[in-house]
Amino acid sequence: MEITLNWYLSLSAVLFVIGVLGVLLRRNAIIIFLSIELMLNAVNLTLVAFSQAFADVDGLVLVFFVMSVAAAEAAVGLAIVIALFRNKTTVNVNEINLFRG
Amino acid sequence: MEATSVRLILLLPLLGAAINGMMGLFAPAYRKQETIIGAIGTLAVAVPFVLTVLLFLGHDHGAHIVSTYTWMAAGDLSISFDYRVDALSLIMTLIVTGIGALIHLYSMGYMHGDGGYWRFFAYLNLFIFAMLNLVLAENLLVLFLGWEGVGLCSYLLIGYWYTDLKNSAAANKAFIVNRIGDFAFLLAMFLLYQAMTTAGVAPFGLDFTTIFENADVLASGTVALIVLLLFIGATGKSAQIPLFVWLPDAMAGPTPVSALIHAATMVTSGLYLLARLSPVVLEAPGVMMLIAFVGAITAIMAATIAITQNDIKKVLAYSTVSQLGYMFVAAGVGAFFVAIFHVLTHAFFKACLFLGSGSVIHAMHHVEHDLEHKGVLPSSDLPYDGHFDAQDMRTMGGLKNHMPITRWTFLISTLAIAGIPFLAGFFSKDEILFKAFELGYNGATWAFVVWGIGIVTAILTAIYMMRCYMLTFEGRERWPGAMDTKPHESPWTMTVPLVVLAIGAALTGYIGLPPLIAEVLGTESWIHHYLGAEYGGPVAEFKAEHHVPHLTEGILLGVGALIAVVGVWLAWANYRKSGLETDNTIRRRLGAVYTLFANKYFVDEAYDATVVKPITEGSRKGLAPFDQNVVDGTVNGLAKSVSGLSGWWRGMQTGIVQNYALALVLGVVVVVALMIFV
Repeated sequence: MEITLNWYLSLSAVLFVIGVLGVLLRRNAIIIFLSIELMLNAVNLTLVAFSQAFADVDGLVLVFFVMSVAAAEAAVGLAIVIALFRNKTTVNVNEINLFRG
Repeated sequence: MEATSVRLILLLPLLGAAINGMMGLFAPAYRKQETIIGAIGTLAVAVPFVLTVLLFLGHDHGAHIVSTYTWMAAGDLSISFDYRVDALSLIMTLIVTGIGALIHLYSMGYMHGDGGYWRFFAYLNLFIFAMLNLVLAENLLVLFLGWEGVGLCSYLLIGYWYTDLKNSAAANKAFIVNRIGDFAFLLAMFLLYQAMTTAGVAPFGLDFTTIFENADVLASGTVALIVLLLFIGATGKSAQIPLFVWLPDAMAGPTPVSALIHAATMVTSGLYLLARLSPVVLEAPGVMMLIAFVGAITAIMAATIAITQNDIKKVLAYSTVSQLGYMFVAAGVGAFFVAIFHVLTHAFFKACLFLGSGSVIHAMHHVEHDLEHKGVLPSSDLPYDGHFDAQDMRTMGGLKNHMPITRWTFLISTLAIAGIPFLAGFFSKDEILFKAFELGYNGATWAFVVWGIGIVTAILTAIYMMRCYMLTFEGRERWPGAMDTKPHESPWTMTVPLVVLAIGAALTGYIGLPPLIAEVLGTESWIHHYLGAEYGGPVAEFKAEHHVPHLTEGILLGVGALIAVVGVWLAWANYRKSGLETDNTIRRRLGAVYTLFANKYFVDEAYDATVVKPITEGSRKGLAPFDQNVVDGTVNGLAKSVSGLSGWWRGMQTGIVQNYALALVLGVVVVVALMIFV
């Protein structure tokens, strides 16, 4: 059985939805953070798949961009989580509602 | 040269007001520098007076327009700050600056030691500036600017001692009553502009030159309405029925203010307006008849009230209303130049009388102070309730021995206003009565009625003015402890203006000799030649077709002189013999009528019942609930509903980031769904 573009896209969609659900439903800031990474990598997967399918390197180039941005984001994000923990002694986002109107 | 002079004349008083006002406001140490403040204030009016005299001497009898700049321009309407130098405006400017300068000098002495010295001089200079704008203006709007300006300054100066609620109330009354008149003035301007532009006069900037050139395009009904509205405006400023009630109350201000604003200058601006527009006013004979009657009735009404007053300034205030009534009679019978002539003579003798009364009040204040010091006051044997009143003539008397200069100048002015022959008032008042008679002789029977009222008023004037003099300066000294507490003559800054004004009160009449006397002397009435339109001046007049015979004219002159002498003699003889008792005799003789006079015909009470009460009560019962329930209810209800709605909206802002993210995702889902299915 040949693995077509649709397989890759389906897997990517599943991964992305898992990531979205993680962000929306989990309460631990670190888990939410990991879920975001999952969403980014789901997108990476589609990019690679299209690049393969259309024999175009543009997609691959973009993947490198995404990965470098994700690395930077990971550094900043973790720093924020640590700062948050120092102030609130919790990483449960339910308890962090400074924006409440 | 002329343009520069006019600008300086206008701007120097404004500069004086600015210096004294600003320095006094921002540099408290300056407030104590009375000499500097007074000198600046006085020079700011004296220098313009000198300039005006030079302008007057070099004047070629024509009308010169001095343009400065355009104030506003919109379509066909273009209003400029233009000023008009002609015979009429020069006479008025001479009165305003000349008498103004004297009264400034007088104020230096009178206001000595007052905490608001700087404020007083700033207001006074500002008044002169506004008044000069009024008399020099070339168009109605600039005139109106001055008109409102003098009203404002009058308000500020009546309420000068504003810590006393009574004075503030008087100031408010003056301002509000004046505003009623000003409203009519505004309507007159609107109507004039509308009528003129509809008739195709464009561009039209409400300027007198255009008005005079195009007066004939207006329908006679429109002219009558415009003149009527202008006259209503004049009744406000010049204190005529029905708007005269503010002037007696305006005496709450310092006495120099009463002399300058409420006797010599501001209150004559209504007359000035009518004289300035005399070619137009003459086109409305019906309204002129009304003007003459209003003037005559005001004159006799105020004169009868004046007989019953005990406050020296109130007597003079009602006397002013009465004399203004005479001036309106002159305007009403078409003798505008005579009205201006009486404005001039009246400015001298009434300013002198007011300043004289100020000098008396000044002296009586010192007496009051001495008496308090000696422990005589507060005293229970005053002829009235309450505190010692430095303005009440019942506690004066015998001042002639202590204040000779004040006494003689006051006497000369009293005789002048009474119309004793060959003093100023005799010439101007007689000319007014003669003009009324002349109009009657030319077929207008109603003018005889006006003339008759004028004659009766003349004799009343002689009586009440002589009464005022007798009670103040002659007879027994009636204040408590009079044996060893004596008043003193005022300082030179106060007596010099008195002397100058008294000389004017004696001599200014000779510029307007009656035709008969002028003919006998082989000369002519100077003021008639200077102002009259038939000699190229700015003031039009009613032209009599039939001249009154010389014999009748002579008899009228004799009658005028006789009634003045009889009136003065009556008051002199009675008050010399029985002093204050004479008032009681008059009261007994007149009975209920006297009560009517003494209560000022209950005009204030009538206005209170018909206008003030309904408005205040209506506001309290109708408008206040409306304001509290409907207006406030709407505003508060709006605020409540907004706050309720936002409370409900606020629930969405949970502060939990995941909720926001959910909204975001749902949004994406919606957008994608739209892209796919629509």
